[in-house]
Amino acid sequence: MARIRTTVDGLVYEDDVEPRMLLVQYLRERLGKTGTVIGCDTSNCGACTVHLDGLSVKSCSVLAVQANGSEVLTVEGLERDGQLHPVQQAFHDNHALQCGYCTPGMIMQSIDLLGDNPDPTEQEVREGIEGNLCRCTGYQNIVRAVQDAAQKMKPGATASQPASVAGGGA
Amino acid sequence: MTTMDARSMGTSVRRIEGPDKVTGTATYAGDSVADGTLVLHPVQAGVARGEITAIDTAAAQALPGVVAVLTHRDAPTLGDTGDPEHRVLQGTTIHHRGQYVAAVLAEHAEVAAEAARLVVVTVDENPSTTGFDPDAQAYTPSALANGQPPDSGVGDPDAALAAAPVVVRASYATPMEHHNPMEPHTTTATWVDGRIEVFEATQGVESSRQTLATLFDAEVVVHASHVGGGFGSKGLHAGTVLAVLAARTVPGRPVRFALGRRQMFETVGYRPATVQHMALGASRDGRLEVVTHDVVGATARYKEFVEPAGGSTRSMYAAPHRRTSHRAVPLDLDGPTYMRGPGEAPGSFGLECAMDELAVALDLDPIDLRVRNEPEVHPENGLPFSSRGLVECLHAGAERFGWSSWDRTPRRRLVDGWWHGVGVGCGTFPTLRFPGSAAEITFTGGRYVVAIGAADIGQGARTVLTQIAADALGVDVGSITVEIGSTQVPVGSIAGGSAGTASWGSTVVEAADRFRDKYGENPDDGDHADAATPDNPWAGEYAMAAYCAQFAEVAVHADTGEIRVPRLLGMFGVGRILNPTLGRSQLQGGMVWGLSMALHEESVVDPRFGEVINHDFAGYHVASNADVRVVEAEWIDEDDPYINPMGAKGIGEIGIVGVSAAIANAAYHATGVRVRSLPITCDDFLTSGLL
Ligand code: FES
Ligand code: FES
Repeated sequence: MARIRTTVDGLVYEDDVEPRMLLVQYLRERLGKTGTVIGCDTSNCGACTVHLDGLSVKSCSVLAVQANGSEVLTVEGLERDGQLHPVQQAFHDNHALQCGYCTPGMIMQSIDLLGDNPDPTEQEVREGIEGNLCRCTGYQNIVRAVQDAAQKMKPGATASQPASVAGGGA
Repeated sequence: MTTMDARSMGTSVRRIEGPDKVTGTATYAGDSVADGTLVLHPVQAGVARGEITAIDTAAAQALPGVVAVLTHRDAPTLGDTGDPEHRVLQGTTIHHRGQYVAAVLAEHAEVAAEAARLVVVTVDENPSTTGFDPDAQAYTPSALANGQPPDSGVGDPDAALAAAPVVVRASYATPMEHHNPMEPHTTTATWVDGRIEVFEATQGVESSRQTLATLFDAEVVVHASHVGGGFGSKGLHAGTVLAVLAARTVPGRPVRFALGRRQMFETVGYRPATVQHMALGASRDGRLEVVTHDVVGATARYKEFVEPAGGSTRSMYAAPHRRTSHRAVPLDLDGPTYMRGPGEAPGSFGLECAMDELAVALDLDPIDLRVRNEPEVHPENGLPFSSRGLVECLHAGAERFGWSSWDRTPRRRLVDGWWHGVGVGCGTFPTLRFPGSAAEITFTGGRYVVAIGAADIGQGARTVLTQIAADALGVDVGSITVEIGSTQVPVGSIAGGSAGTASWGSTVVEAADRFRDKYGENPDDGDHADAATPDNPWAGEYAMAAYCAQFAEVAVHADTGEIRVPRLLGMFGVGRILNPTLGRSQLQGGMVWGLSMALHEESVVDPRFGEVINHDFAGYHVASNADVRVVEAEWIDEDDPYINPMGAKGIGEIGIVGVSAAIANAAYHATGVRVRSLPITCDDFLTSGLL
């Protein structure tokens, strides 16, 4: 057993964990943070994506002990004062989800992408989040959501009304 | 006969559970993490066929943290559902590699996995056949997976082929494919006092309940609030049985079994491989005299499932002489099952590529060829169509796609080192209504609570049933609460066959009508009415189906043979779209499945071991964001009063149908290389000698 101390979604946790325990298992099984999900065993799907000290990681390919002393942010820690993060809001507004299983990871990776590239082109979005698989939506609305969020997050952009959901149009 | 008035139906009401899904608070079957939950890890057969002679569990049992190890020696006898896949741990016979032969229960996932590796299973191996050989000994199944007869015929197709002025004969191959919903199959089960409570990743809570009740002779409650995709794979598989068997050994403690991605390649079904022998004979002006579609497909020896790949050829085009047939080659693999567009998706690859080849042989535009062969009534059973939008889809799609701006001659457009071309492929999918649902409407606290045991596997059942109920009751969507996803509400049929919304929606409308008949417009608190799924009075009077025309632009790199799909357009004739935002997303998702089928997906079995060797996302590629470019889904206006009160045809499957043919046909147009086997890869072009 190893003792770890981590900050997860703003709260400090101390736990004894087996050295072989994955971060994603720690989040789900120990902390009950089931918003972060598991989709594969080969770090190919991105469903488990969280931020570790501000950078996106696939939490199925990080050991819990590697998060010792670090700060972890999951999809459950994004809201501020009851307000959705602009990327969460954009995923809802643009209907960028169906079954929702890929959504937490997709949102965390999109936030990371927008940190690197605040105004990505369509192709930059597609390549920036290609490590996150979605089997339902065909990705079209996901790309729209990320670009919509980019506009909303621009300095000076008003935290305005959600974009219309109506024009799912082509 | 008219469809019901729509106020909410046809509008883009926002997805009701969207906020839960973007905040990670929507709960899936593995998200119940009650204290004391035990984790199950299975032990699986390492051979394709054999008999277990011994199992040594001592080392596993000795591992700290292990609570129980279960084998066929101590598993209780199960009731018989008639499905051999459900006979889990009931004997020593191994039918396929990966079959569950034991299970470990432990306090942590890591311990369970380690202990499972310590179980030693001794097996007498028997010879097996696991590689699909379409020329191997095949048999005629008694029925296809959808219950249809294996063979059909009209006239004298062989004589007609001998006499036809223009004939195309070709064989097309589609591989084994796995569904791969993003959520792995997961069961959390608790056994208390002869009652089983299950949180299950399922397409049907009631069908799961019935199966488990039969197997375990117990009261069963099944919940599935949210399900992370299904696509046909989330019926009740052996893993659920194993989890409940294990839960029974530890009464009162929840047991969770979350499959790994690799286990999903050996225990939850797949689309079986097919080889399709097509022959089309036509007059010189492009009228079909004869269509034959002879399918050889893989099935499992221990569990038959025959992909109805020739099914849609029975209704697509007019021809006086016709034949479809299906033969099955049994393999020692786990059982195939329904996968998005079962029959139609692979079958449309054969038929629609052959139509393209015929258009080339006739020097006709492939759209004209299809229009010339539009049937007036169902060509085999003679029924009129309730509505049939194929020709309109072809015309509207061609217009929007800019079809006429392309020279039909292959190998004409080389842009920056890429050969570009366009292709079309069509498809159909039956419009069904399953019997057996029940809906209850209760007026309480000023709201109408609509309860029906539907499953939301991503299609948006909560949202769309809210819209249907609102219109049926004549109120705003804000006055409706829909309760689904549990056997603790009235029964619902499965989310499958593109029939979920039609079946549940028809039931909700019936309950709403009864509610208004009983209580009028001003009900009292507690008033309630219920209804069972009404029969469709027009069943058997009309042929009912959705149609589509899919258009693809393809680019093939002139040096490397790399193939990309810069543009897809699907034009759909699917009745009323109940929610354009949700519907478009579902259709686009289906089309990307078609792209993925065309270019990426293939499960490769090593015939020495009976194992899918590319059994994870590292080896089995599903289309990623970067594989996809423009994907447009549009639809024609179609008012069909015969199918259901909403006038809505199912849209879960039609999106994939015809796409792989459109892409293959576009690849031919781009390069002059005809690829007749999926997936289409660089090698097909590099080895053609044509690039
Ligand atoms: S679970 Fe698939 S990448 Fe982590
Ligand atoms: S919404 Fe289902 S996997 Fe993306």
